[in-house]
Amino acid sequence: MQKKKVVLTFPYKLINQPITYHLIKDYDLKVNILRARINPREEGRLMIEIGGEEKSLEKGMNYLKELGVEVQSLAQDIRWLDEKCTHCTVCIPICPTEAIILDRNQMIVSFDKDKCIGCGLCVPACPYKAVEILF
Amino acid sequence: MPKTIREINEKIKRGEAVVVTAEEIIDIAEEKGVKKAAQEVDVVTTATFGPMCSSGAYLNIGHSKPRIKLGGGRAYLNDVPVYTGFAAVDILIGANALPDDDPRNKIHPGEFSYGGGHVIEELVAGKDLKLTATAYGTDCYPRKKLETWINIKDLNETVLFNPRNAYQNYNVAVNLSDRVIYTYMGILKPKLGNANYCSAGQLSPLLNDPYYKTIGIGTRIFLGGGVGYVAWQGTQHNPTAPRTPNGVPRAGAGTLAVMGDLKKMSPEWLKGTTMTGYGTTLTVGIGIPIPILDEEILTYTTVKDEDIYAQVIDYSLAYPEFEPGSLGEVSYRELKSGRILVQGKEVPTGSLSSYARAKEIADILKNWIKRDKFLLTEPVQSLPSADSGLTFKPLKERPLE
Repeated sequence: MQKKKVVLTFPYKLINQPITYHLIKDYDLKVNILRARINPREEGRLMIEIGGEEKSLEKGMNYLKELGVEVQSLAQDIRWLDEKCTHCTVCIPICPTEAIILDRNQMIVSFDKDKCIGCGLCVPACPYKAVEILF
Repeated sequence: MPKTIREINEKIKRGEAVVVTAEEIIDIAEEKGVKKAAQEVDVVTTATFGPMCSSGAYLNIGHSKPRIKLGGGRAYLNDVPVYTGFAAVDILIGANALPDDDPRNKIHPGEFSYGGGHVIEELVAGKDLKLTATAYGTDCYPRKKLETWINIKDLNETVLFNPRNAYQNYNVAVNLSDRVIYTYMGILKPKLGNANYCSAGQLSPLLNDPYYKTIGIGTRIFLGGGVGYVAWQGTQHNPTAPRTPNGVPRAGAGTLAVMGDLKKMSPEWLKGTTMTGYGTTLTVGIGIPIPILDEEILTYTTVKDEDIYAQVIDYSLAYPEFEPGSLGEVSYRELKSGRILVQGKEVPTGSLSSYARAKEIADILKNWIKRDKFLLTEPVQSLPSADSGLTFKPLKERPLE
Protein backbone atom coordinates (compact mmCIF):
# COMPACT_ATOMS: atom_id res chain seq x y z
CA MET A 1 0.00 0.00 0.00
CA GLN A 2 1.44 3.34 -1.06
CA LYS A 3 0.12 6.77 -0.30
CA LYS A 4 0.89 10.23 -1.55
CA LYS A 5 -0.51 13.72 -1.44
CA VAL A 6 -0.79 15.44 -4.79
CA VAL A 7 -2.36 18.45 -6.43
CA LEU A 8 -4.17 17.78 -9.72
CA THR A 9 -4.71 20.56 -12.21
CA PHE A 10 -7.46 19.97 -14.77
CA PRO A 11 -7.61 21.96 -17.98
CA TYR A 12 -10.96 23.57 -18.83
CA LYS A 13 -12.07 20.68 -21.09
CA LEU A 14 -11.85 18.18 -18.24
CA ILE A 15 -13.74 20.14 -15.60
CA ASN A 16 -16.94 18.16 -16.10
CA GLN A 17 -15.30 14.73 -16.15
CA PRO A 18 -15.81 12.38 -13.15
CA ILE A 19 -12.11 11.64 -12.88
CA THR A 20 -12.09 10.88 -9.16
CA TYR A 21 -14.79 8.27 -9.77
CA HIS A 22 -12.59 6.56 -12.36
CA LEU A 23 -9.58 6.57 -10.05
CA ILE A 24 -11.62 4.76 -7.41
CA LYS A 25 -13.72 2.48 -9.60
CA ASP A 26 -11.28 1.54 -12.37
CA TYR A 27 -7.97 1.62 -10.52
CA ASP A 28 -9.06 0.57 -7.02
CA LEU A 29 -7.47 3.60 -5.39
CA LYS A 30 -8.42 5.29 -2.13
CA VAL A 31 -8.95 8.99 -2.76
CA ASN A 32 -9.29 11.46 0.10
CA ILE A 33 -10.20 14.92 -1.17
CA LEU A 34 -8.48 17.62 0.91
CA ARG A 35 -9.43 20.67 -1.14
CA ALA A 36 -11.04 21.45 -4.47
CA ARG A 37 -11.62 24.60 -6.46
CA ILE A 38 -12.05 26.02 -9.91
CA ASN A 39 -9.84 29.06 -10.33
CA PRO A 40 -10.55 32.17 -12.41
CA ARG A 41 -8.51 30.77 -15.31
CA GLU A 42 -11.16 28.05 -15.39
CA GLU A 43 -8.76 25.35 -14.38
CA GLY A 44 -9.89 22.80 -11.84
CA ARG A 45 -7.58 22.10 -8.92
CA LEU A 46 -7.92 19.16 -6.59
CA MET A 47 -5.75 18.47 -3.57
CA ILE A 48 -5.98 14.77 -2.72
CA GLU A 49 -4.37 12.04 -0.74
CA ILE A 50 -4.28 8.97 -2.95
CA GLY A 51 -3.33 5.44 -1.94
CA GLY A 52 -3.37 1.87 -3.19
CA GLU A 53 -1.18 -0.97 -4.48
CA GLU A 54 1.99 0.23 -6.15
CA LYS A 55 0.92 -1.03 -9.59
CA SER A 56 -2.59 0.46 -9.32
CA LEU A 57 -1.19 3.77 -8.21
CA GLU A 58 1.18 3.83 -11.17
CA LYS A 59 -1.65 3.00 -13.57
CA GLY A 60 -3.90 5.62 -12.01
CA MET A 61 -1.19 8.26 -12.39
CA ASN A 62 -0.67 7.27 -16.02
CA TYR A 63 -4.42 7.56 -16.61
CA LEU A 64 -4.33 11.12 -15.26
CA LYS A 65 -1.33 12.08 -17.37
CA GLU A 66 -2.85 10.64 -20.55
CA LEU A 67 -6.00 12.66 -19.95
CA GLY A 68 -3.94 15.81 -19.67
CA VAL A 69 -4.26 16.28 -15.90
CA GLU A 70 -1.16 17.85 -14.41
CA VAL A 71 0.02 16.04 -11.27
CA GLN A 72 2.37 17.62 -8.77
CA SER A 73 3.28 16.82 -5.24
CA LEU A 74 1.45 18.75 -2.51
CA ALA A 75 4.79 19.82 -1.10
CA GLN A 76 5.20 22.24 -4.01
CA ASP A 77 2.02 24.07 -3.07
CA ILE A 78 2.83 24.51 0.61
CA ARG A 79 5.73 26.59 1.78
CA TRP A 80 7.01 26.82 5.30
CA LEU A 81 9.18 29.92 5.44
CA ASP A 82 11.65 29.15 8.17
CA GLU A 83 13.19 32.62 7.98
CA LYS A 84 9.83 34.19 8.83
CA CYS A 85 8.91 31.84 11.69
CA THR A 86 9.68 33.31 15.12
CA HIS A 87 8.89 30.04 16.93
CA CYS A 88 6.12 31.73 18.90
CA THR A 89 3.99 28.52 18.84
CA VAL A 90 0.59 30.19 18.37
CA CYS A 91 -0.08 27.85 15.40
CA ILE A 92 0.50 24.67 17.40
CA PRO A 93 -3.07 24.20 18.75
CA ILE A 94 -4.51 25.32 15.38
CA CYS A 95 -2.97 22.56 13.21
CA PRO A 96 -5.37 19.57 13.10
CA THR A 97 -2.81 16.99 11.91
CA GLU A 98 0.22 17.83 14.06
CA ALA A 99 2.13 18.79 10.92
CA ILE A 100 3.54 21.72 12.88
CA ILE A 101 5.78 20.23 15.51
CA LEU A 102 7.08 21.83 18.68
CA ASP A 103 10.22 20.61 20.40
CA ARG A 104 9.18 21.45 23.95
CA ASN A 105 12.70 21.34 25.31
CA GLN A 106 13.99 24.04 23.00
CA MET A 107 10.56 25.54 22.18
CA ILE A 108 11.52 25.37 18.48
CA VAL A 109 8.86 24.91 15.81
CA SER A 110 9.32 22.75 12.71
CA PHE A 111 7.11 21.55 9.90
CA ASP A 112 6.42 18.01 8.66
CA LYS A 113 5.23 18.31 5.06
CA ASP A 114 4.10 14.69 4.98
CA LYS A 115 1.57 15.28 7.74
CA CYS A 116 0.21 18.52 6.24
CA ILE A 117 -3.19 18.20 4.56
CA GLY A 118 -3.15 21.75 3.23
CA CYS A 119 -6.22 22.84 5.21
CA GLY A 120 -4.78 26.35 5.50
CA LEU A 121 -5.95 26.99 9.08
CA CYS A 122 -2.45 28.05 10.09
CA VAL A 123 -2.23 30.74 7.41
CA PRO A 124 -4.40 33.39 9.11
CA ALA A 125 -3.20 32.24 12.54
CA CYS A 126 0.47 33.02 11.83
CA PRO A 127 1.31 36.62 12.78
CA TYR A 128 4.43 36.57 10.55
CA LYS A 129 3.04 34.97 7.38
CA ALA A 130 5.46 32.08 7.71
CA VAL A 131 3.17 29.64 5.88
CA GLU A 132 2.08 30.00 2.28
CA ILE A 133 -0.43 27.80 0.53
CA LEU A 134 -0.47 28.50 -3.17
CA PHE A 135 -3.46 26.25 -3.91
CA MET B 1 28.89 41.02 50.84
CA PRO B 2 26.64 43.13 48.57
CA LYS B 3 28.10 44.32 45.27
CA THR B 4 27.63 47.65 43.54
CA ILE B 5 26.92 48.28 39.88
CA ARG B 6 30.24 50.14 39.67
CA GLU B 7 32.09 47.06 40.93
CA ILE B 8 30.27 44.85 38.44
CA ASN B 9 31.16 47.27 35.62
CA GLU B 10 34.83 47.15 36.64
CA LYS B 11 34.69 43.36 36.36
CA ILE B 12 33.00 43.64 32.95
CA LYS B 13 35.80 45.96 31.76
CA ARG B 14 38.40 43.48 32.96
CA GLY B 15 36.54 40.66 31.18
CA GLU B 16 35.99 38.92 34.51
CA ALA B 17 32.27 39.32 35.04
CA VAL B 18 30.25 36.13 35.47
CA VAL B 19 27.14 36.51 33.32
CA VAL B 20 24.39 33.92 32.95
CA THR B 21 20.85 33.90 31.58
CA ALA B 22 17.70 33.83 33.71
CA GLU B 23 17.29 30.22 32.58
CA GLU B 24 20.81 29.17 33.52
CA ILE B 25 20.70 30.82 36.96
CA ILE B 26 17.95 28.42 38.07
CA ASP B 27 20.23 25.36 38.00
CA ILE B 28 23.26 27.30 39.24
CA ALA B 29 21.40 28.49 42.35
CA GLU B 30 19.98 25.05 42.95
CA GLU B 31 23.40 23.48 42.73
CA LYS B 32 25.46 26.05 44.65
CA GLY B 33 22.87 27.58 46.91
CA VAL B 34 21.69 31.18 46.84
CA LYS B 35 24.52 32.57 48.97
CA LYS B 36 27.34 31.18 46.85
CA ALA B 37 25.53 31.89 43.57
CA ALA B 38 25.01 35.53 44.63
CA GLN B 39 28.72 35.86 45.34
CA GLU B 40 29.83 34.25 42.10
CA VAL B 41 27.32 35.54 39.56
CA ASP B 42 27.45 39.23 38.63
CA VAL B 43 24.73 39.60 36.02
CA VAL B 44 21.63 37.65 35.00
CA THR B 45 20.25 38.43 31.55
CA THR B 46 16.50 38.35 30.91
CA ALA B 47 14.62 38.74 27.65
CA THR B 48 11.33 38.69 25.81
CA PHE B 49 10.21 38.64 22.17
CA GLY B 50 6.51 39.17 21.65
CA PRO B 51 3.96 41.44 19.97
CA MET B 52 3.88 44.80 21.76
CA CYS B 53 1.11 46.99 20.37
CA SER B 54 2.10 50.18 22.15
CA SER B 55 5.18 50.61 19.97
CA GLY B 56 6.13 53.30 17.53
CA ALA B 57 8.89 55.46 16.16
CA TYR B 58 9.53 59.14 15.62
CA LEU B 59 11.62 60.34 12.73
CA ASN B 60 13.07 63.67 11.72
CA ILE B 61 13.05 63.52 7.93
CA GLY B 62 15.08 66.70 7.29
CA HIS B 63 13.90 69.87 5.59
CA SER B 64 13.00 69.93 1.90
CA LYS B 65 13.77 72.78 -0.44
CA PRO B 66 11.53 74.77 -0.50
CA ARG B 67 10.44 73.97 3.04
CA ILE B 68 7.21 72.23 4.04
CA LYS B 69 5.53 72.18 7.44
CA LEU B 70 3.99 68.76 7.95
CA GLY B 71 2.66 69.82 11.34
CA GLY B 72 -1.10 70.18 10.96
CA GLY B 73 -0.99 68.53 7.54
CA ARG B 74 -1.17 64.89 6.53
CA ALA B 75 1.64 62.47 5.83
CA TYR B 76 1.98 58.79 4.93
CA LEU B 77 4.79 56.24 4.83
CA ASN B 78 4.03 53.52 2.27
CA ASP B 79 0.40 54.74 2.44
CA VAL B 80 0.26 54.19 6.21
CA PRO B 81 -0.73 57.44 7.97
CA VAL B 82 1.78 58.96 10.38
CA TYR B 83 1.11 61.51 13.10
CA THR B 84 2.07 65.06 12.11
CA GLY B 85 1.33 67.00 15.26
CA PHE B 86 4.98 67.80 15.99
CA ALA B 87 6.68 70.75 14.26
CA ALA B 88 7.65 70.83 10.57
CA VAL B 89 9.43 67.56 9.82
CA ASP B 90 9.07 65.34 12.90
CA ILE B 91 6.70 62.46 12.23
CA LEU B 92 5.51 59.67 14.47
CA ILE B 93 4.46 56.25 13.24
CA GLY B 94 2.55 53.82 15.43
CA ALA B 95 2.61 50.03 15.08
CA ASN B 96 -1.18 49.81 14.79
CA ALA B 97 -1.57 52.43 12.02
CA LEU B 98 -3.31 51.19 8.84
CA PRO B 99 -3.56 52.54 5.29
CA ASP B 100 -6.69 54.69 4.83
CA ASP B 101 -7.95 52.28 2.17
CA ASP B 102 -7.37 49.11 4.20
CA PRO B 103 -10.78 47.42 4.43
CA ARG B 104 -10.18 46.71 8.15
CA ASN B 105 -12.88 44.37 9.44
CA LYS B 106 -15.50 45.30 6.83
CA ILE B 107 -15.30 41.70 5.73
CA HIS B 108 -14.63 39.95 8.99
CA PRO B 109 -12.02 38.76 9.80
CA GLY B 110 -9.88 41.42 8.11
CA GLU B 111 -6.44 40.40 6.87
CA PHE B 112 -4.41 43.37 8.14
CA SER B 113 -1.44 42.39 6.04
CA TYR B 114 0.40 45.73 6.24
CA GLY B 115 0.50 48.50 8.81
CA GLY B 116 2.73 50.65 10.97
CA GLY B 117 4.62 47.70 12.46
CA HIS B 118 5.59 46.55 8.96
CA VAL B 119 6.66 50.09 8.01
CA ILE B 120 8.99 50.18 11.04
CA GLU B 121 10.45 46.75 10.15
CA GLU B 122 11.08 47.85 6.54
CA LEU B 123 12.60 51.16 7.64
CA VAL B 124 15.01 49.32 9.94
CA ALA B 125 15.78 46.82 7.16
CA GLY B 126 17.09 49.74 5.09
CA LYS B 127 14.33 49.60 2.49
CA ASP B 128 13.24 52.77 0.71
CA LEU B 129 9.86 54.01 1.95
CA LYS B 130 7.44 56.21 0.03
CA LEU B 131 6.71 59.45 1.86
CA THR B 132 3.69 61.42 0.68
CA ALA B 133 2.46 64.52 2.44
CA THR B 134 0.18 67.51 2.05
CA ALA B 135 0.35 70.71 4.04
CA TYR B 136 -1.49 74.03 4.15
CA GLY B 137 1.51 76.26 3.41
CA THR B 138 2.77 79.28 5.34
CA ASP B 139 5.02 82.23 4.54
CA CYS B 140 7.98 80.40 6.07
CA TYR B 141 6.99 76.89 4.90
CA PRO B 142 5.40 77.55 1.48
CA ARG B 143 5.31 74.05 0.06
CA LYS B 144 1.99 72.18 0.07
CA LYS B 145 2.88 68.82 -1.38
CA LEU B 146 5.71 66.32 -0.99
CA GLU B 147 6.25 62.94 -2.63
CA THR B 148 9.59 61.23 -2.22
CA TRP B 149 11.42 58.05 -1.33
CA ILE B 150 13.16 58.13 2.01
CA ASN B 151 15.73 55.81 3.55
CA ILE B 152 16.74 55.47 7.19
CA LYS B 153 20.38 56.22 6.39
CA ASP B 154 19.48 59.71 5.11
CA LEU B 155 17.19 60.69 7.98
CA ASN B 156 18.18 62.61 11.09
CA GLU B 157 16.90 61.17 14.36
CA THR B 158 15.14 57.82 14.00
CA VAL B 159 13.98 56.73 17.43
CA LEU B 160 11.96 53.72 18.45
CA PHE B 161 9.74 54.91 21.28
CA ASN B 162 7.42 52.36 22.81
CA PRO B 163 5.06 53.67 25.49
CA ARG B 164 4.32 50.17 26.79
CA ASN B 165 6.46 47.05 26.40
CA ALA B 166 7.69 44.08 28.40
CA TYR B 167 4.48 43.42 30.32
CA GLN B 168 5.16 41.77 33.63
CA ASN B 169 2.95 38.71 33.13
CA TYR B 170 -0.20 38.57 31.02
CA ASN B 171 -3.58 36.89 30.55
CA VAL B 172 -4.15 33.46 29.08
CA ALA B 173 -6.87 33.95 26.47
CA VAL B 174 -9.64 31.43 25.82
CA ASN B 175 -13.00 31.48 24.07
CA LEU B 176 -16.08 30.09 25.84
CA SER B 177 -18.49 31.02 23.04
CA ASP B 178 -19.55 28.78 20.18
CA ARG B 179 -18.00 30.88 17.39
CA VAL B 180 -14.38 31.50 16.37
CA ILE B 181 -13.10 34.84 17.64
CA TYR B 182 -10.21 36.92 16.29
CA THR B 183 -8.33 38.80 18.99
CA TYR B 184 -5.00 40.45 19.75
CA MET B 185 -4.27 37.16 21.53
CA GLY B 186 -4.69 35.31 18.25
CA ILE B 187 -7.43 33.19 16.76
CA LEU B 188 -9.40 31.55 19.55
CA LYS B 189 -11.37 28.46 18.66
CA PRO B 190 -14.86 28.05 20.14
CA LYS B 191 -15.70 26.18 23.32
CA LEU B 192 -12.22 26.27 24.82
CA GLY B 193 -10.59 25.05 21.59
CA ASN B 194 -7.23 26.60 22.46
CA ALA B 195 -5.59 28.82 25.07
CA ASN B 196 -3.06 31.47 24.05
CA TYR B 197 -0.56 33.07 26.40
CA CYS B 198 2.03 35.79 25.90
CA SER B 199 5.06 35.91 28.19
CA ALA B 200 8.56 34.48 28.25
CA GLY B 201 7.81 33.35 31.83
CA GLN B 202 11.01 32.58 33.72
CA LEU B 203 13.06 34.56 31.15
CA SER B 204 10.84 37.64 31.14
CA PRO B 205 12.57 40.79 32.48
CA LEU B 206 10.08 42.11 35.04
CA LEU B 207 9.23 38.62 36.33
CA ASN B 208 12.90 38.35 37.36
CA ASP B 209 12.88 41.71 39.13
CA PRO B 210 9.32 41.69 40.46
CA TYR B 211 9.62 44.81 42.64
CA TYR B 212 11.75 46.78 40.10
CA LYS B 213 14.73 46.89 42.48
CA THR B 214 17.28 47.12 39.64
CA ILE B 215 15.29 47.98 36.51
CA GLY B 216 14.34 51.65 36.53
CA ILE B 217 14.40 54.84 34.53
CA GLY B 218 17.65 55.03 32.60
CA THR B 219 18.38 51.29 32.61
CA ARG B 220 20.38 50.35 29.50
CA ILE B 221 18.82 47.44 27.62
CA PHE B 222 18.95 45.35 24.45
CA LEU B 223 16.23 46.82 22.25
CA GLY B 224 15.39 45.52 18.79
CA GLY B 225 18.92 44.25 18.23
CA GLY B 226 20.52 47.54 19.32
CA VAL B 227 20.95 49.38 22.57
CA GLY B 228 18.07 51.20 24.18
CA TYR B 229 16.98 52.61 27.51
CA VAL B 230 14.06 52.41 29.89
CA ALA B 231 12.52 55.87 29.52
CA TRP B 232 9.75 55.67 32.08
CA GLN B 233 7.28 53.24 33.55
CA GLY B 234 5.14 51.90 30.70
CA THR B 235 1.53 52.92 30.27
CA GLN B 236 -0.92 50.83 32.30
CA HIS B 237 1.89 50.16 34.82
CA ASN B 238 0.06 48.41 37.64
CA PRO B 239 2.49 47.47 40.40
CA THR B 240 -0.28 46.80 42.91
CA ALA B 241 -1.58 43.74 41.02
CA PRO B 242 -1.96 40.65 43.25
CA ARG B 243 1.29 38.77 43.86
CA THR B 244 2.37 35.34 45.07
CA PRO B 245 4.47 35.16 48.29
CA ASN B 246 7.65 35.27 46.14
CA GLY B 247 6.58 38.68 44.84
CA VAL B 248 5.65 37.56 41.34
CA PRO B 249 2.45 39.16 40.01
CA ARG B 250 -0.34 36.71 39.20
CA ALA B 251 -1.63 38.88 36.34
CA GLY B 252 -0.47 41.75 34.11
CA ALA B 253 1.36 44.24 36.38
CA GLY B 254 4.42 46.39 35.64
CA THR B 255 5.31 47.68 32.18
CA LEU B 256 8.18 49.65 30.63
CA ALA B 257 8.40 52.56 28.22
CA VAL B 258 11.54 52.04 26.18
CA MET B 259 13.45 53.92 23.52
CA GLY B 260 16.51 53.56 21.33
CA ASP B 261 18.19 54.44 18.04
CA LEU B 262 16.48 52.60 15.16
CA LYS B 263 19.60 52.94 13.01
CA LYS B 264 21.39 50.51 15.32
CA MET B 265 18.52 48.00 15.35
CA SER B 266 17.79 45.03 13.13
CA PRO B 267 14.64 43.70 11.41
CA GLU B 268 15.39 40.35 12.99
CA TRP B 269 14.36 41.78 16.37
CA LEU B 270 11.63 44.20 15.24
CA LYS B 271 9.00 42.39 13.24
CA GLY B 272 5.88 43.76 11.60
CA THR B 273 3.09 41.56 12.85
CA THR B 274 -0.42 40.71 11.67
CA MET B 275 -3.22 39.60 13.94
CA THR B 276 -6.04 38.45 11.67
CA GLY B 277 -9.32 40.20 12.47
CA TYR B 278 -7.56 42.53 14.91
CA GLY B 279 -4.87 44.63 13.22
CA THR B 280 -1.16 45.11 12.86
CA THR B 281 1.44 45.41 15.58
CA LEU B 282 5.17 45.15 16.16
CA THR B 283 7.02 42.25 17.74
CA VAL B 284 9.86 43.67 19.78
CA GLY B 285 12.97 42.01 21.14
CA ILE B 286 13.96 43.26 24.59
CA GLY B 287 16.78 42.06 26.81
CA ILE B 288 17.48 43.46 30.27
CA PRO B 289 20.47 42.71 32.48
CA ILE B 290 19.92 42.32 36.20
CA PRO B 291 22.95 43.16 38.34
CA ILE B 292 23.25 40.64 41.16
CA LEU B 293 23.80 43.11 43.98
CA ASP B 294 22.81 40.77 46.79
CA GLU B 295 21.13 37.48 47.66
CA GLU B 296 17.64 38.95 47.55
CA ILE B 297 18.06 40.09 43.95
CA LEU B 298 19.58 36.77 42.99
CA THR B 299 16.65 34.92 44.59
CA TYR B 300 14.21 36.87 42.41
CA THR B 301 16.10 35.82 39.27
CA THR B 302 15.78 32.14 40.15
CA VAL B 303 12.03 32.26 39.55
CA LYS B 304 10.85 29.22 37.57
CA ASP B 305 7.97 28.70 35.16
CA GLU B 306 6.21 26.59 37.79
CA ASP B 307 6.28 29.52 40.25
CA ILE B 308 4.68 31.99 37.84
CA TYR B 309 0.90 31.99 37.49
CA ALA B 310 -1.37 33.65 34.95
CA GLN B 311 -5.13 34.16 34.85
CA VAL B 312 -7.28 32.40 32.25
CA ILE B 313 -9.67 34.95 30.79
CA ASP B 314 -12.63 34.47 28.45
CA TYR B 315 -12.11 36.73 25.43
CA SER B 316 -15.60 36.14 24.05
CA LEU B 317 -17.33 37.96 26.90
CA ALA B 318 -15.36 38.79 30.07
CA TYR B 319 -12.53 40.67 28.30
CA PRO B 320 -14.56 42.68 25.76
CA GLU B 321 -17.22 43.60 28.32
CA PHE B 322 -14.57 44.47 30.92
CA GLU B 323 -16.15 42.07 33.38
CA PRO B 324 -14.05 40.89 36.30
CA GLY B 325 -13.42 37.22 36.80
CA SER B 326 -10.84 34.64 35.94
CA LEU B 327 -11.59 31.08 34.88
CA GLY B 328 -8.64 29.93 36.93
CA GLU B 329 -4.93 30.24 37.42
CA VAL B 330 -2.30 28.20 35.56
CA SER B 331 1.48 28.14 35.77
CA TYR B 332 3.83 28.76 32.85
CA ARG B 333 5.11 25.25 33.32
CA GLU B 334 1.61 23.96 32.58
CA LEU B 335 1.24 26.39 29.69
CA LYS B 336 4.52 25.26 28.14
CA SER B 337 3.58 21.58 28.57
CA GLY B 338 1.05 22.14 25.76
CA ARG B 339 -2.14 21.52 27.74
CA ILE B 340 -3.95 23.22 30.59
CA LEU B 341 -7.12 22.30 32.42
CA VAL B 342 -9.94 24.87 32.18
CA GLN B 343 -13.41 24.12 33.55
CA GLY B 344 -12.50 20.43 33.59
CA LYS B 345 -11.48 20.43 29.91
CA GLU B 346 -7.98 19.83 28.56
CA VAL B 347 -7.16 22.80 26.37
CA PRO B 348 -4.14 22.90 24.00
CA THR B 349 -1.92 25.94 24.42
CA GLY B 350 -0.03 28.25 22.08
CA SER B 351 2.17 31.24 22.81
CA LEU B 352 2.41 34.60 21.07
CA SER B 353 5.70 35.34 22.77
CA SER B 354 8.64 33.33 21.43
CA TYR B 355 10.57 31.63 24.21
CA ALA B 356 13.19 30.41 21.71
CA ARG B 357 13.87 33.95 20.51
CA ALA B 358 13.87 35.32 24.07
CA LYS B 359 16.54 32.77 24.90
CA GLU B 360 18.59 33.95 21.93
CA ILE B 361 18.33 37.57 23.10
CA ALA B 362 19.36 36.63 26.65
CA ASP B 363 22.41 34.88 25.14
CA ILE B 364 23.30 37.82 22.88
CA LEU B 365 23.11 40.24 25.80
CA LYS B 366 25.19 37.86 27.92
CA ASN B 367 27.87 37.86 25.24
CA TRP B 368 27.79 41.65 24.85
CA ILE B 369 28.40 42.02 28.58
CA LYS B 370 31.07 39.34 28.68
CA ARG B 371 32.92 41.01 25.82
CA ASP B 372 32.76 44.46 27.42
CA LYS B 373 30.39 45.80 24.77
CA PHE B 374 27.67 46.65 27.25
CA LEU B 375 27.98 48.21 30.70
CA LEU B 376 25.26 48.21 33.32
CA THR B 377 23.57 51.37 34.54
CA GLU B 378 22.31 52.63 37.86
CA PRO B 379 18.65 53.64 37.50
CA VAL B 380 18.21 57.42 37.56
CA GLN B 381 14.95 56.84 39.38
CA SER B 382 13.06 53.75 40.50
CA LEU B 383 9.76 52.74 38.94
CA PRO B 384 6.69 52.91 41.17
CA SER B 385 6.52 49.55 42.96
CA ALA B 386 4.01 47.53 44.97
CA ASP B 387 4.12 50.03 47.83
CA SER B 388 3.34 53.04 45.61
CA GLY B 389 -0.42 52.53 45.70
CA LEU B 390 -0.46 53.13 41.93
CA THR B 391 -3.28 51.28 40.17
CA PHE B 392 -4.45 50.92 36.61
CA LYS B 393 -7.67 52.88 36.43
CA PRO B 394 -10.58 52.23 34.07
CA LEU B 395 -12.06 55.10 32.09
CA LYS B 396 -14.74 57.01 33.96
CA GLU B 397 -17.23 57.99 31.30
CA ARG B 398 -19.25 61.13 31.93
CA PRO B 399 -22.18 62.15 29.74
CA LEU B 400 -21.44 65.24 27.64
CA GLU B 401 -24.76 66.90 28.47
